[in-house]
Formats: sequence, C-alpha cells, structure tokens
Amino acid sequence: MIFTLAWREIRSMFMSPLAWVILGVVQALMGWLFLNHVNNYMSVQSQLLGMQTPIGLTDIVVASVFGNAAIILLLVVPLITMRLVSEERRNRTLTLLYSAPLSMTEIILGKYLGILFFLLIVLLLVALMPLSLLAGGNLDFGTFGAGFIGLALLLASFAAVGLFMSTLTQNPTIAAVSTFGMLLLSWVLDTGGQGASDNVLAYFSLLNHYEPFLKGVFDSADAVFYILLIVTFLVLSTRRLDADRLGG
Amino acid sequence: MSNNLLVEVDSVSRYFGDLAAVNDVSFTVSKGTVLGFLGPNGAGKTTTMQMITGNLAPTSGRITIAGHDLLDEPRAAKACIGYLPEQPPLYLEYTVDEYLDFCAALNRIPKKQRLGARQQAKARCGLADVGKRLTGNLSKGYRQRVGIAQAIIHQPQVVILDEPTAGLDPIQIREIRTLVRELSQQHAVILSTHILPEVQSSCDHVQIIDRGKLVLNDSIDGLTQRMQSSTLSLRFKSSVDSSQIEQLDGVRSTRQLGDGHYQVYYQAGQDPTDALVKLAVDNHWGLRELMPEKASLEDMFLELTEHNKPQAEART
Repeated sequence: MIFTLAWREIRSMFMSPLAWVILGVVQALMGWLFLNHVNNYMSVQSQLLGMQTPIGLTDIVVASVFGNAAIILLLVVPLITMRLVSEERRNRTLTLLYSAPLSMTEIILGKYLGILFFLLIVLLLVALMPLSLLAGGNLDFGTFGAGFIGLALLLASFAAVGLFMSTLTQNPTIAAVSTFGMLLLSWVLDTGGQGASDNVLAYFSLLNHYEPFLKGVFDSADAVFYILLIVTFLVLSTRRLDADRLGG
Repeated sequence: MSNNLLVEVDSVSRYFGDLAAVNDVSFTVSKGTVLGFLGPNGAGKTTTMQMITGNLAPTSGRITIAGHDLLDEPRAAKACIGYLPEQPPLYLEYTVDEYLDFCAALNRIPKKQRLGARQQAKARCGLADVGKRLTGNLSKGYRQRVGIAQAIIHQPQVVILDEPTAGLDPIQIREIRTLVRELSQQHAVILSTHILPEVQSSCDHVQIIDRGKLVLNDSIDGLTQRMQSSTLSLRFKSSVDSSQIEQLDGVRSTRQLGDGHYQVYYQAGQDPTDALVKLAVDNHWGLRELMPEKASLEDMFLELTEHNKPQAEART
C-alpha cells in the first residue's frame, strides 16, 4: 500500500516538468562545479606531490563535489517536497486518501518513500561525476562511500523537514518558503559567535554533522542524529494529518 | 441489532469551536435503502457525511459501519465505504483508467481483479468511452461520474454521495438517478442534495437536517402521507361568513386568500368536505371550487426548517 502511494508520487513528479527541470538544472550546475574542481586539482597536482602527507584526488574532488551538492540540494529539495501534501489538500484529493482504508502513517510513509526515490536518482547522478574519474585515476572508495552515505542521510533529512512543512499548509509556496527557512537556519546555526553555549546550537546544525562524512569519517553518532531527525519529522507529519481530522 | 443495519450513527455531535455544526444526530441506514439527506446550506449535511466517512472525527457520539466502529477499527470500517465528496477528488494529471486503477489499489483490490473492477465501474457510470482521456480535460459531468466510479469501484456496502447531481445536465441527472437506484439493490446509499424532487424520485428514506439538528426522519411513504395534508381550497361566489366553517367538526382554522377564496385547515383524518358542501348549499353560498391541497416536499421543507429557527435560538 505504501508502495502504491510512493509510486503515485513518483509518477506525478515525472508527469510534470518540474522533476525533469530540477534534474537538468542540478546536473548542469554540478557538472560545472565538478569540472572546476578537477581543474583546480590539475593545477595544484604538482605541489601536492611534494607534500609530506599528500592529499589525493578523492580528498579534493569528491569532498568538494559532495560538499557543493549539499548546498545546491538544500535549495532544491524544498521545491520538490512543497507540493507533497499541500497540493492534495488544496485540490481536495486528500479526502480520497482519508476515506480509503489507509492509516495516516501509511500516507506519510508512502509520500516520503516517493520523494526518497526521486532523491536517490539525484544522488546517483551526482555520484556518477566523481566516479567518472575512475577512467583516468584512482578513488579512495572508503572516503567516497562515506560521502555518499552522508549526502544520502542529509537529503533524507531535508525531505523529512520538507514533508512536514507541506503538511502544515495548503499552499505549496508557503511550504517551500518555510522549508527554505528551516534548512537555511539549520545551516547557519553554527556560524553565530564562539563559546560554549553556541556549541549546543551548533550541534543541531544539519551541515555540521555532514562534515565528518566528507572527510571519510563514518561516525555512527552523526548517522543516528539524522535518523532521529527523520523519524521525528515523520511522526510530526503523521500527527499533523491526524489533527486535520480532529481539529476544527 | 440486525445484520442489515449498515450505518449506525449514535448521537453524534461535532463542534467547530463554539459552533455546533452537527448536534446530537442519530440515525441508521439498512441495506437496500437510499437515504436522502436534505438541508439548507450550512446545515451540517457535509459535516455529517465527512464524519461517517472518517474524514472528520466526531466531538462525541459513535459511528458504526457494517458492525465496525469507525474509531476502533477505522480500516475495516472504511473498507465498507465509498465516498464521493462535494468536489470529486481527481488527480487531474491521470487518465480515467489510471485514476481508477489507483483507487482500486488504494482500496486493496488484488491486482488480478483490478481490471475487472475498473471495467465494471466504468460501465456502470457510463465512462466506457473516456478511459484514455485525462481527468483534467473532462467536463464537469464526466468528472462527477469518475468521482462516482471511484466511490463504487471496490463494491462497498455503503455508498455516500455528496450532491452527486450538482452541475449535471438533465439527462445526466436522470442517468445518475438510475444509477443510484441500481446501486441500492446491493448497497446502502446515502446521498445529500438540495434538489427536492430528486429526493422524491430516488430515495426511500428522507432526513432533513437544519442547523445541525435532525428535524425530520421519515420514509418516503410516511412523508407522502404527511404531505396529503389537511388543507382544502374553497372558492365561493362571494365572501362568506367563515366563522360558520370554523364551527364544523375537525376544522382547525380558515384563512381568506381573496374575494370568496378560502383555505380551510383541518385535523388529519377528520375530512370536513361533506359537511362543508352541505353548509354551502344550505346557506346558498354558491360553491364554485373545492380542492384538497397537497403540500409539496418544498412546503414541508420550508415549514420544518423555518419553524425550527426560533426553537434553535431559544435553546442556545
């Protein structure tokens, strides 16, 4: 049942131009940045060889590409998640789901799974770029794998936040703007001043937990942070749909 | 509690803030009946239907669908319901076939039976020719039919239609009435409408709701009997002394409508026609016309909903 709903999300995304445009634009931007990073690497290659602990292709190109992807997708994910629930609410099609023998959890999970599938496509397309370096060099697959998993978790968290924002309103634009707000805030949380008290806030910064992955460190605490965040927002979304029925 | 009772609504209320949209409404619907739900705008028809279909939770009261409590076993209860909301819930980017297949899947129809279910629903709603068209490109009438097809695709025991004939042309309205009749053979149907003749032609049970309260709950037969109301229309050559008429047995009151034109209200079952004729002849009033007046459903509707107003206000 969850898959039926997920499949509908995927279909309706690809039936509208939005999904294609997003895939195209993200790919074009990432391609440009990727080429830049490769170019950078080429220009500093000779100096790197002289260093005592040489940093390689993976450290420079892969980490930068995944780092850029996180920022670009932070701006793009709200556009994909905005219509998830809000549009159905506005078109009154949510009634169809409420009247069907489905639980609210199934509705939320179905929608979330559909978005995850789309983001997986984005992720694979992004990952293909560093992988193309294999044609002429070697990659550190440990670092690459950590970065890949990190980006996957980060995107999944973005999507969960976006889904929740979409359940709050019947206007997709409002959902998109508030998701932007949330995600950007979580990005800049760690930039405010120094001192012990700031560390608490910085801990909640989504991107802070992403950094270690880029360095090739898979810290389970960071992974758990993302998973908890995802679960929290999915539960909140379910609650919100329930409130539709109860509230008034 | 017999097995035939498909919908049981037990003193259900729904408040929006302080406003009681539905106030202590109880009724039952059994298999094979078509229940017509009437009421002025904002009376609580849609709210009641949303509660029966699980779209809104009642503030108090219990709803049981085919023996399943809507709160305790929502999934089993909802599986027995097909619901067409006021606005058909269509995904406009889907073709009719795709949409109906999705609805079939939502209602857990096994994959192998989906094609059959879709064909049957399409045939019943006259959609055979438009299967490949986008629902977004269909006319209002066709969208409405797709909405009905969606509601009956899983052969639910209870079909709930919120204003199914809104926006349709007369031919389509007739088709939908036929469809409702057909449905009632296997399912229980609840339909809301504000078109009164529709109720008389397609329902066998009528409920009138006003300001959240049920003001009438009667079968169509009972209603017809009520409507053979106790009014006579009389026309004489000229004005007469109506006090003499009022003294006749059973007469409640008279009303002068014009020169020599009277309405006589009498107690049900005490038809004073014979005595009236005799009186007219004895007094040489020159009786020109004597006609029993039938109240229409519309009169009844107006009477019930207007009468209720002061009472409702007095209570709050």
